[in-house]
Amino acid sequence: MGILKGIAASSGIAIAKAYLLKEPDLSVEKRTVEDVDGELGRLDEAVRRSQKDLEMIREEVAENLGADKAAIFDAHLLVLNDPEMLTPIKDKIRTEKVNAESAVKETADMFIGMFEAMENEYMRERAADIRDVAKRILSHLLNVPLPNPNLIKEEVIIVADDLTPSDTARLNRRFVKGFTTNIGGRTSHSAIMARSLEIPAVVGTKKATEEIQHGDLLIVDGISGEVHVNPDEELIAEYRRKQDAFVELKMEWAKLVNEKTVTEDGHQVELAANIGTPDDLQGALKNGAEGIGLYRTEFLYMDRNELPSEDEQFEAYKAVLEGMNGKPVVVRTLDIGGDKHLPYLPLSEEMNPFLGLRAIRLCLERQDIFRTQLRALLRASVHGNLRIMFPMIATLEEFRSAKALLEEEKTKLLQEGRQVAEDIQVGIMVEIPATAVLADHFAKEVDFFSIGTNDLIQYTMAADRMNERVSYLYQPYNPVILRLIKNVIDAGHKENKWVGMCGEMAGDEKAIPILVGLGLDEFSMSASSILPSRSLIRRLNKKKMEQLAERVLRMSSSEEVLKAVEEVTGLGRK
Amino acid sequence: MVEKQFRIIDETGLHARPATKLVQQASKFSSDISLEYKNKKVNLKSIMGVLSLGVPVNAEIKIIADGNDEEEALNSLDELLRKEGLAE
Repeated sequence: MGILKGIAASSGIAIAKAYLLKEPDLSVEKRTVEDVDGELGRLDEAVRRSQKDLEMIREEVAENLGADKAAIFDAHLLVLNDPEMLTPIKDKIRTEKVNAESAVKETADMFIGMFEAMENEYMRERAADIRDVAKRILSHLLNVPLPNPNLIKEEVIIVADDLTPSDTARLNRRFVKGFTTNIGGRTSHSAIMARSLEIPAVVGTKKATEEIQHGDLLIVDGISGEVHVNPDEELIAEYRRKQDAFVELKMEWAKLVNEKTVTEDGHQVELAANIGTPDDLQGALKNGAEGIGLYRTEFLYMDRNELPSEDEQFEAYKAVLEGMNGKPVVVRTLDIGGDKHLPYLPLSEEMNPFLGLRAIRLCLERQDIFRTQLRALLRASVHGNLRIMFPMIATLEEFRSAKALLEEEKTKLLQEGRQVAEDIQVGIMVEIPATAVLADHFAKEVDFFSIGTNDLIQYTMAADRMNERVSYLYQPYNPVILRLIKNVIDAGHKENKWVGMCGEMAGDEKAIPILVGLGLDEFSMSASSILPSRSLIRRLNKKKMEQLAERVLRMSSSEEVLKAVEEVTGLGRK
Repeated sequence: MVEKQFRIIDETGLHARPATKLVQQASKFSSDISLEYKNKKVNLKSIMGVLSLGVPVNAEIKIIADGNDEEEALNSLDELLRKEGLAE
C-alpha cells in the first residue's frame, strides 16, 4: 500500500490496474560472436516479429482511430524493411562479427544522427520514426516487451512521465479509465485531455512511474489529487462508495443540462465549451453547453502530412455549426507556432517560440494558409451562428489586417456566387497584456473579446507555464491578472460588446465567483466543467460577488484573494 | 537499363505520403531502382534514402530501373506519379 500526491486535474474516481507507459531498458552491450549465421537468423526473426507487431498495431489503430492515424505505422513498416538500413546492419554482423543488438543500435544511431542534423523539421521528425523502429527490433532481440498502448484490451489506468497529444491520440479510449503522470499541472495537455475524455486524472505526482509497477491496482482520486497504490479491501470499499457518491452528484448536475445559468438574484451568464474537433461536440451538448466558446482549429492541421484543404475545413466547421443548431460557435483561427508545430510547415528555430512567430503573426505572414481557412469559415457561416476569433492579437493594426483579409475573401466568395452569412461577429482573443491594457481602443472595433487566461497569465508573469521550476508564478488569482480582466470586461461593456473567457480559469470554481462579480458574460471551459460550474453559479449572489470582486482587486497577493473567496463562498472547506 | 525524367508538382515535394507510396510501389519489383536528384542517387526502395534527398516542389528528378522487370517497374512508377498528382 502506498499513496502519491499530485494535482487533481480531472475529477472523478477510477479503480483499475496500472498500465505503465515507461521507456523500457533497451541498453545494448557490444559483444563479438562466433556464429555469424546464427546472429543473422536472430536479426531476421526480430525483424519478422517487429513486422507482425506493426501490422497488428496499424490495423487496430485504423479500426479504432481512423486511417490517417494509422498512416504513421505504414512509414514505420517501410523503415523496418528499408534495404539501406538492413544491409549495413547485416554487413556489420558479418564483417565485424558483432551481436545483432549492437549492429542495429549503431546503424540506427548513425541514421538518427543524420536525420536529426537536417534543416527541415519534417526530416528531423523522421529521426523519431527510425528510433521507434530500432527500439522495436531491439525489444525483440533483448526480449524486453515494449508498451503497446494501442493494443490495450482491458480497463487500465495509464501511468506515465507525461502524456503528449500524440500519446493520447493513440490510446484506446474505451479501456483507459484514468491517468496519472509524474509531471504537469492543471493546464498541461494531459490534464486538458483527461477532462475532455471525462476520465479522472492526477498529474504532477513527481514519481508515479518509479513507485508504481505495471499491473498494480490503483485508485486515482481526481477530486483530492491522490493516487493509492495496491490499496487494501477496506480502502477499495470506501472508494467504491465515493465513486457512487460522485456518480450521484453527477446525476444531480445532469438535471441542470437544459437549465439556464442564472445566479440566485437573477443575473444570467452563458456557459460554453472548448472543443478541438467535431468529435468533441457530443460531450459539449451532453454537458449542457450553451455554445462553443473556443473551437481550436489547429487540430485540423495536426497529425497529418499536408495542409487541410478548404473543402476539408469547410466540412469540419459546418459539422460543428450544424451540431450546435444555431447556438453560437466561436472559432479561433489557426494558432500554430509556440509549442505547436506542423511537420509539413517548417518554421525557423526561435530563441523564444512563445514570443515568436505564432498564431495571427504567422497567419499574416503566410496569407495563403490563412485565406484558405477564412474562405472555409465564411462558406460554413450559413450553416449556423459563426463567430470568428483571431488569436494573439497585440496591436490594432494586426486586427485590422486580419479583418481586411476576411473582408476580401468574403467579397471574392460573393462574386463567385457563394453564400456567406451577414451577421458574423469578429472578435479577438485577449492573451497579451498589451491588448488587455489597451482594451478600450480595441473595444471600438471588435465585436467581442474572449480572454485567454493560460497565455495571459504566462505573459503577464513572464513565466513559462510548462516549466515546473517557475510554475509557482502561474497565478490566476493574482490581483494583477484580475485587474487586467476587469479592464477588458469594463472596456467591452462600455462599447456594448460581450466579453468571454476561454482559458482554464473560466471553469475554476475558485475563480468563477470573482468573474461573476466582475461581470464576465461568457465562460468557456472543458465540457466536463460546465455542469458543476452551473450548479455553483446558481448558488451565487451577483451583488455579493461584486463586493467580493471589488475587495480582491485591492489585495496584493494570490493567497489573500483565495482566502477571501473561500470565506465568502465556503469553497475549499472540506 | 531504362530511365525517365519527371518534375515534382506536389506542393510539399517528395515527402511523407507521396514518398511512402513511391517506395511501396518500387519495392514490388525485383529490378534495382534508383532515384536521382541533383547528382545524388539513392535506392528508390529505401524510404530513408528517398527522404534524405529532400526533394522539393518543382525539382527535376530521374528514375532509373535496371533488371528483368525494368520496363514494367518504370511504367508503374510513372503511372503512380501522375495518378497521384505528384509529378509530370
